Amino acid sequence: MATQQTRSLARFMMAPSVVLLLVWMVVPLALTLWFSFQQYNPLNPIRDGFVGFSNYALFYSNPAFLQSILNTLTLVISVLLITVIGGILLALLIDQPMWGQGIVRILVISPFFVMPPVAALVWKNMIMHPQYGVFADIARFFGGQPIDWFGQHPMTAIIIIVAWQWLPFATLILLTALQSLDGEQKEAAEMDGAGFISRFIYLTLPHMSRAITVVILIQTIFLLSVYAEILVTTNGGPGYASTNLPFLVYQKALLEFKIGQASAGGIIAVILANIVAFFAMRAVGKNLDK
Amino acid sequence: MARAVTTQHKTIATVAAWIVALLIFFPILYTIITSFKSEQEAIQGFNLIPSGTFESYTEVQAQSGYFKFFFNSVLLSVGSTILALLVAIPAAWSMAFSPTKRTKDILMWMLSTKMMPAVAVLFPIYLIFRNFGLLDSRVGLMVMLMLINLPIVVWMLYTYFREIPGEILEAARMDGASLWNEIVYVLTPMAVPGIASTMLLNIILAWNEAFWTIRLTTTDAAPLTAFISSFSSPQGLFWAKLSAASTLAIAPILIMGWFSQKQLVRGLTFGAVK
Repeated sequence: MATQQTRSLARFMMAPSVVLLLVWMVVPLALTLWFSFQQYNPLNPIRDGFVGFSNYALFYSNPAFLQSILNTLTLVISVLLITVIGGILLALLIDQPMWGQGIVRILVISPFFVMPPVAALVWKNMIMHPQYGVFADIARFFGGQPIDWFGQHPMTAIIIIVAWQWLPFATLILLTALQSLDGEQKEAAEMDGAGFISRFIYLTLPHMSRAITVVILIQTIFLLSVYAEILVTTNGGPGYASTNLPFLVYQKALLEFKIGQASAGGIIAVILANIVAFFAMRAVGKNLDK
Repeated sequence: MARAVTTQHKTIATVAAWIVALLIFFPILYTIITSFKSEQEAIQGFNLIPSGTFESYTEVQAQSGYFKFFFNSVLLSVGSTILALLVAIPAAWSMAFSPTKRTKDILMWMLSTKMMPAVAVLFPIYLIFRNFGLLDSRVGLMVMLMLINLPIVVWMLYTYFREIPGEILEAARMDGASLWNEIVYVLTPMAVPGIASTMLLNIILAWNEAFWTIRLTTTDAAPLTAFISSFSSPQGLFWAKLSAASTLAIAPILIMGWFSQKQLVRGLTFGAVK
């Protein structure tokens, strides 16, 4: 029974979190919105002032903008495909009875704990380096020509790195879901003569569907804002070939000091994230009612 | 036939899983191996057996004062986690034990703050930090990391607290326990495992955060994420040193991570997958 007293106590206990998050969300976002309608350049403040939607127009007419949106989506979708499909397969494999399952799990989950700059640098220098990388060694071993990954296929290289970081996450979540599948159900299906494929389609996959949804949504949130991996590998190049929206906003804001345009880009990123968030919230929210 | 596992099946699964697992782990393994090579060895082609020198480790420390960055990482991740717990525990406690109609909305709203892309607020935050003299300060960054992880901390604590049976609290209340006694003697012992798990996950997240830690620091407050990023210039031969620095940067968190797999699933899926 919640009395008046406990209710006000509850409110009092919640206040710090709510106030902090409210300030954290509203103040910077309001500033960004304000800046997005301003001409503001800390290096050249003479022309500062209200400019309406021209920042958005400028950002939009910048050829890098379309490219960055395209790169953002390419990165998100490719990594999602690789990690979800790979994660399902890996989870199915690890779920089999085997020797040393615990160690296999530990090995597979490890990349997730590697901080993004380390992951990116290790791949850049040790694995994909056109001269000293392991890929180059392998190519030479087979008499082939080493590939200049970051020069010629920058997006592919970044997709590989990011997928390497997130495959463990997908695998771990899907494996957890898989292991909660009722063994008796599996047995019953087997006794009814269901083969591996039909068991997978009619039993396992529906059971994992929520976990798959969660993996897709959570990864999307993080994948939309990939930053460090690009910073330490390609720096967005060559040209804008591997610039995504976060990276473009960073360049505009802190390298070119075009604050208005950067803010307009930031607002576009918010809109993009909100579209995703809308679906994410509904999926997670459903779980609360349970 | 109740799923009799043949030895053959088990052998195939074992071999396949180990091959895939080792391939996935390979970049980390190779980094650790390379960290024990000399710079000469490191660029002489593929080689899994290092000479076992520690010179890269001593050099990384000598040249760049590695442990300052390491210390900052520890301070920032642990400090921000404690701050977040202090703020989040009361909130999660009240939401779990005296839920109102709006509790769910508040939780959802908190989660939604996590979805705001960092770049969208990069410049305002930069400006605020500059005006308050917080750029490159540990306190500023600690607050920042606390804020970005606060929703996850509240959520995770909430899902743990919700599993504590409310009847026990009521029974304690009936026996005349004061709020203070209730918290100290009844709630805390039951809540400690959940709080510990939350702490572990949050330290990992804060340790690996690589946007604000890079952009808001220069030297004094720079943690390992910023230090490692400074290696990105391609000049010079530094494979072994890079590997040594990387190994040191990921080792503590890798080991912590191995022990927190379950909590990780729960925390990162907001309790949706257990």
